[in-house]
Amino acid sequence: MDLGNLASLQRFIPEMILVAGVLVIVLADLVVRVKSRLGALALIAAVASLLAIGLEPALPGAWLFHRMLVFDSFAIYFRVLIALAAVVAIWMSIGSDEVNKCDLGEYYALLLASTFAMFLMAESANLLMAYLALEFVSLTSYILTGFLRHNRRSLEAALKYLIYGGVASGTMIYGMSWIFGITGSLDFAVINKALSAPGHLPVLAVFIALVLILTGMGYKVASVPFHMWAPDVYTGAPIPITTFLAVASKASGFALLTRFFFPAISHLAAGGAWTALAGVDWPQLLLFICIITMTLGNLAALQQTNMKRLLAYSSIAQAGYALMGFVVLSNDGIRAMLFYLFAYYVMDAGAFLVVMIVANSTGREDVDAYRGLAWRGGIVPAVALTIFLFSLTGIPLTVGFIGKFYLFAAVIHGQFYILAIVGILNSVVSLYYYLKPIRTMFFEQPRGDEGTVRFDAWNYGLMGVLACATIVFGLYWSPIISFANRSLSFFTGPA
Amino acid sequence: MSHALTLITFVPIVGMVLILALPGAMKNAFKWIAVAATVPQLLIAVFLYQHFDTATSAVQFAEKAPWMPSYHITYFVGVDGISISMVLLTALIMFISTFASFGINRAEKGYYAMLLLLDTGMMGVFVSLDFFLFYIFWEVMLLPMYFLIGIWGGPRREYAAIKFFLYTLLGSVLILLAMLGLYYYGAAQTFDLTELAANSSHYSIGFQRIVWIALFIGFAIKIPAFPFHTWLPDAHVEAPTAISVILAGVLLKMGTYGILRVNFAVLPAASFQLAWLFLGVIGTINIVYGAMCAMAQTDYKKLIAYSSISHMGYVMLGMAAFTAAGINGAVLQMFNHGTVTAMLFILVGVIYDRAHHREINGFGGLAQQMPVYTAITGFAFFAGMGLPGMSAFISELLVLLGAWPTHPFMVVFGAATAVLTAGYLLWTFQRIYLGPLNEKYKDFADLSFREAFTLVPLGVIVLILGVYPHAILSLLNTSLVHLNQVVLSTSGAAVAMVR
Repeated sequence: MDLGNLASLQRFIPEMILVAGVLVIVLADLVVRVKSRLGALALIAAVASLLAIGLEPALPGAWLFHRMLVFDSFAIYFRVLIALAAVVAIWMSIGSDEVNKCDLGEYYALLLASTFAMFLMAESANLLMAYLALEFVSLTSYILTGFLRHNRRSLEAALKYLIYGGVASGTMIYGMSWIFGITGSLDFAVINKALSAPGHLPVLAVFIALVLILTGMGYKVASVPFHMWAPDVYTGAPIPITTFLAVASKASGFALLTRFFFPAISHLAAGGAWTALAGVDWPQLLLFICIITMTLGNLAALQQTNMKRLLAYSSIAQAGYALMGFVVLSNDGIRAMLFYLFAYYVMDAGAFLVVMIVANSTGREDVDAYRGLAWRGGIVPAVALTIFLFSLTGIPLTVGFIGKFYLFAAVIHGQFYILAIVGILNSVVSLYYYLKPIRTMFFEQPRGDEGTVRFDAWNYGLMGVLACATIVFGLYWSPIISFANRSLSFFTGPA
Repeated sequence: MSHALTLITFVPIVGMVLILALPGAMKNAFKWIAVAATVPQLLIAVFLYQHFDTATSAVQFAEKAPWMPSYHITYFVGVDGISISMVLLTALIMFISTFASFGINRAEKGYYAMLLLLDTGMMGVFVSLDFFLFYIFWEVMLLPMYFLIGIWGGPRREYAAIKFFLYTLLGSVLILLAMLGLYYYGAAQTFDLTELAANSSHYSIGFQRIVWIALFIGFAIKIPAFPFHTWLPDAHVEAPTAISVILAGVLLKMGTYGILRVNFAVLPAASFQLAWLFLGVIGTINIVYGAMCAMAQTDYKKLIAYSSISHMGYVMLGMAAFTAAGINGAVLQMFNHGTVTAMLFILVGVIYDRAHHREINGFGGLAQQMPVYTAITGFAFFAGMGLPGMSAFISELLVLLGAWPTHPFMVVFGAATAVLTAGYLLWTFQRIYLGPLNEKYKDFADLSFREAFTLVPLGVIVLILGVYPHAILSLLNTSLVHLNQVVLSTSGAAVAMVR
């Protein structure tokens, strides 16, 4: 189905709720005196949007707005994930001390706008739309990163982000122009047809175009070698924004990456295996990127002493793990990747939340601030952080293990043995740095200068939910995996 | 009792939840809750012992329920002759070590909660017959162990804890990969170990060898087999007494148990080919090297740790023999080593609690001051040496007799090491207990009632099994002989495939 503007709106309700949320917050900012209420408004908008996705009647897949966007179950999965991440980020913002010193109206408006843009990224059916959505996400992210105007690190991070982002998206749109030159279209479905048509195709040119496009998408998922911005940005940004970038921004990057590399430039054979079209060997390239990403992320994380930085490098490594599902070129792999992104959302958001709780109380983000946390009144956050970090390592009874299990199952099934060995060794290496804060919290005694962690029902509530989710989905994960299973279908045009 | 195995596995979890629910101020309640959780476990173990059918090699007390149908993962527990003795041992050692933990006086709530979680993890490993479930329990056990060593351990506890964790995680991820390989390339996609074993001939021999080695490394780290043993002395020295008891008494057996359960049963052809090298030669190295290292130690606990490595070598050697006597001896040795080493570590703990050091040369003449303690130590040392009339004698003899027809050269080394073992144990005994009394220790009290209570039951079992080994052997024999036959029956086929 190829829907026009008005007909598309029926499938565009969640997005419209977000836009309405942005507008209401901008207006309310002028009237409301107690600025902290704006957070509640934003939260309502995000939850409403999430509910709208959930309550949507099962409509068939379609192109929206004259083939600019696509509506299919794959998009639903990512929209749910991104909306969940937005809810967590807003919840954290309401409970964050550093955020509450800023101009809240603009902050929440931008956060919702960014969520909206990520939705568009997950839904793009056209390279131009993909580019615009990606730029939209980037622009809002730059501002949100630099939102702590009086904090030098925050400003530096924003500037770095901006420069890297500018270069990456410039490179990407250049690559898109190559694709346009080769295939005569920016529409994913048309590109697919052009590449699968028999006849002479400049394979090298297509490959170069893909590498250039990969720059922009790799930058969003923070894969090596486009990861350099991530540690600085994650460290400098306010913690809720760090969480939002680490989870939602990465997920939207994966959504776009998958949508472009699978339905647009690959062919799905029977049995759920994908093959690259036109003999372009991008899977090898991505395999290489995947291995380097997890290895480098893990090795760099070993030396970190700042928790946010440690988690930043860890999230680079985590992107590498998720890419394992991508490079095996099978529906098994994509499903594993989808599941892993959900697992990553739960555990990484949880870890950042604990970092924020500690930062709220002590004003510190270094690992030393966690010394003896368990023995100075912080046993609950200490246990929660332990759960999240073990989950990130992939220890059983946590959702992270199930995620890794599916990934490795897909890898072994696809007979990528070297990748399996590298991935598994990486898990072992990662244990060392994930244990660092755990060791500090439990094995060391407080020296008295660390400050106490105060109880805070708002943040502790969310922490409890995330910690429980980590364990519960580690024991009973069938709802998530069947959701991921349902989301494996891409709409690529009327059959 | 149709859910005996589920109960025996999860009773400790109930205790753990109860402990976590109570406020931390109720310090005295926690240990009694832990006792209350391990007593029913022991009772169920006795029940299992009485109702176990020794005439069959089939799985008994089985329970099966679907868990993740899309991946054919089931909750499948059951025991057969390979695992029943380990279930008994775990229940016994956990009961003993709960009492041995009464000296813990810091963060008791966390300690007993972790202890019970560890209990469930270990019991779960021995009863699971679904590989996925096995793996979950296998890994779950790491977490409490890490914290138990890291929080309640000695001065270098952080180092020891992280070394333990990294080593064992490395091993277990290899097991994970091997598990997925078995799942995808088997006759049918399943994690059911009995089904995998039934279809073992489906795997090509090349595939079997690779998976066998991956599994072996994973399990060998736990045994610990040379050269993966270096974490053990560190972990033992730093761990609190009760944790050392569990570590040596139960945890090490998981390695050899895993090899029997997975390597032997699921990959018999590769087992037949590779066992002489990986189990026989490495086992012999373990025996000799462990004994020699033990002789060089000046730390009492480290000495016992190395002697433990040495004694686990007999288990491996017995498994490599592929004779009925060898494999029976191996599993019996697993049980006997569990009881004897548990005694030895408790004895080390007794003296450490009083002197706060473990320097062997720093003691002397304790026999005058602590006669009962010395007598029991002497008893345990003789059991460790494998003196006739003690349980270890029977199992080591069976191993050596069983291995003689297949690996006579290794048996010579194994038997000769008995002299080394006697050497280091007697020498230690002399330095600590005989000679003039060190003046510093002249007001040491003899064994308390609680300490005696943890030691005497183990000593009684050692004696009983020394004269009546049939009590355990009858449980094992049918299953182990069957397993041995399965492995031997592949030999013809395996040789044909190599050529």
